[in-house]
Amino acid sequence: MSAETAEEQDLFEDVDLRGIKIRGWLFHAFCLVAALFGVVMLAMLILDVLWEALVGFAIGLDPITFLTSTAHRDPFSAGFIAAIVGSIWLMVFTVIFSMALGIGTAIYLEEYAPDNRVTRLIEANLTNLAGVPSVVYGLLALAVFVNAMRLGPVILAGAIALALLVVPIIIVASQEALRGVPDGMRQGSAAAGATQWQTIRQVVLPAAFPGIMTGTILALARAVGETAPLLMVGVVLESGLIPGDPFSRFAAMPTEIYYWAFRPVTEFHHLAAYGIIVLLTVMFSMIASAVYIRNRYERIR
Amino acid sequence: MATSEPTVDDLAPTLETNVAADEPPADAGEASEETVLHASDLTVYYGTEQALQPVTAALPEREVTAIIGPSGCGKSTFLRCINRMNDQIDGCRVEGKLRFYGKNIYDNDVDPVALRRKIGMVFQKPNPFPKSIYDNVAYGPRIQGCDDDLDATVESALRRAALWEEVSDRLDESALDLSGGQQQRLCIARAIAPDPGVILMDEPASALDPIATTKIEDLIEELAEEYTVVIVTHNMQQAARISDRTMVFLTGGELVEFDRTAKIFAEPEDQRVEDYITGKFG
Ligand SMILES: Nc1ncnc2c1ncn2[C@@H]1O[C@H](COP(=O)(O)OP(=O)(O)OP(=O)(O)O)[C@@H](O)[C@H]1O
Ligand SMILES: [Mg+2]
Repeated sequence: MSAETAEEQDLFEDVDLRGIKIRGWLFHAFCLVAALFGVVMLAMLILDVLWEALVGFAIGLDPITFLTSTAHRDPFSAGFIAAIVGSIWLMVFTVIFSMALGIGTAIYLEEYAPDNRVTRLIEANLTNLAGVPSVVYGLLALAVFVNAMRLGPVILAGAIALALLVVPIIIVASQEALRGVPDGMRQGSAAAGATQWQTIRQVVLPAAFPGIMTGTILALARAVGETAPLLMVGVVLESGLIPGDPFSRFAAMPTEIYYWAFRPVTEFHHLAAYGIIVLLTVMFSMIASAVYIRNRYERIR
Repeated sequence: MATSEPTVDDLAPTLETNVAADEPPADAGEASEETVLHASDLTVYYGTEQALQPVTAALPEREVTAIIGPSGCGKSTFLRCINRMNDQIDGCRVEGKLRFYGKNIYDNDVDPVALRRKIGMVFQKPNPFPKSIYDNVAYGPRIQGCDDDLDATVESALRRAALWEEVSDRLDESALDLSGGQQQRLCIARAIAPDPGVILMDEPASALDPIATTKIEDLIEELAEEYTVVIVTHNMQQAARISDRTMVFLTGGELVEFDRTAKIFAEPEDQRVEDYITGKFG
């Protein structure tokens, strides 16, 4: 027995793995720390907000009042509903504009456009557009839609600014999804006597749908929380009026939170925490629905 | 919607009369009134590269024609000419004529979409759509606007594709859950569901195990009672077993010999064909 063990040791004596193993272990540890960092930061952020909100609750800020009233001088009567409705209006029009433009562009580029220099130029610029700072889209919307086209600082102008911001992201995500549809399916459909429109409508879009929706929802989740473009367009920082149509002036959740967070009256800081909870809830449910759609239809891809 | 779609009726009725008028298919020898496809000097280029030397051949109705030859000799290229799938390839150019019941399908007034409703195709790799089994088979009839009594159409196509027994109780499940061989038979069912008359198959069994292959071969022989079948295959025994006629292409895209399968395999005219068939070359 012991002789056998000795023999085995001899067999691998020339193999020295200690150095490389330590390096591997260090790398593993580094990756773990990096991954944990994000989780810990998120947890700290949420805990901080929850704490602020809890203190607000303790000093008598009523969450129901918060969810049902509009802005008020007195923080104990002030509420968020005008901003919530404003953000919903913004989202509705952002969804309409950005999905129509984004998915339309992606379908054109992937399914119709000839593979030439112009197409490649457009595609390269789309990637660049996705990296333009959001405040620039706000400036653009201010110059073109608010001022030149005399739309004024209304919901529609804000929605256009947000849509411009997310369209490049939606295009890139949708292109990715369309490229994921195997060419064999397009050929199978064409060989069955389908027109190109029928192929796109009946085969390509259904197959790309989960990817397109996931990308779009994630992009919109980002748009909900955007502050800079709305500030440029001229959002009302704190509104006492619930907007009734897309041509009204409006308040929005992220900008009202921003405003309250800098008010000297400290009770408003706790209201800002309430607001953040509402905003995060909306964002997380959008992200959750994106994940749900992806998992639900994953098999198809 | 139905009216704006290209109709298949534009194609067939203009038939036989043109054959004699235009260019008699004398050189093929076998052209008769039951010729379905008649190629004359059909040539294909990819960019500047010639993939097919001028091909002249007449394919008869309700027979299985096998296309064999070494890799890269243009078998798929020729097959794709027949339903104009080459149109979708950038830089591909087709010259010469290919008559379908006498009508040159490369004439300007022929809509490839209409043509493909008369000529179905099965691909090398099964390509079911991410839909239910039922919707896959119903796809052709639906897009072609002939969707009355779909249930019967679907059942009959699945029966002819020898798949009905295996899937009749789960028609609404995803086609992607089927095995490779089942998927290929589903694709055959999908191709025959709209009753196209001609079926093109590009190595339909090359990704399948021997049992699934046998099923597909039996199926092809049955299909030939109703349909004209053109099948590309790498498998010489398969060509010998299932086909009535065989086209032999050799490297460079040349159609070297086209004759009854029995004749090709027993006493080919061309030495190169004999070498290829006996495995000395290719
Ligand atoms: N889309 C294309 N673009 C450019 N050249 C092509 C294309 N498709 C085929 N070719 C060329 O045309 C020639 C014939 O190709 P084809 O696919 O018809 O051969 P094949 O006989 O089907 O071969 P295999 O048995 O390997 O499938 C080859 O030289 C190939 O490189
Ligand atoms: Mg091929």
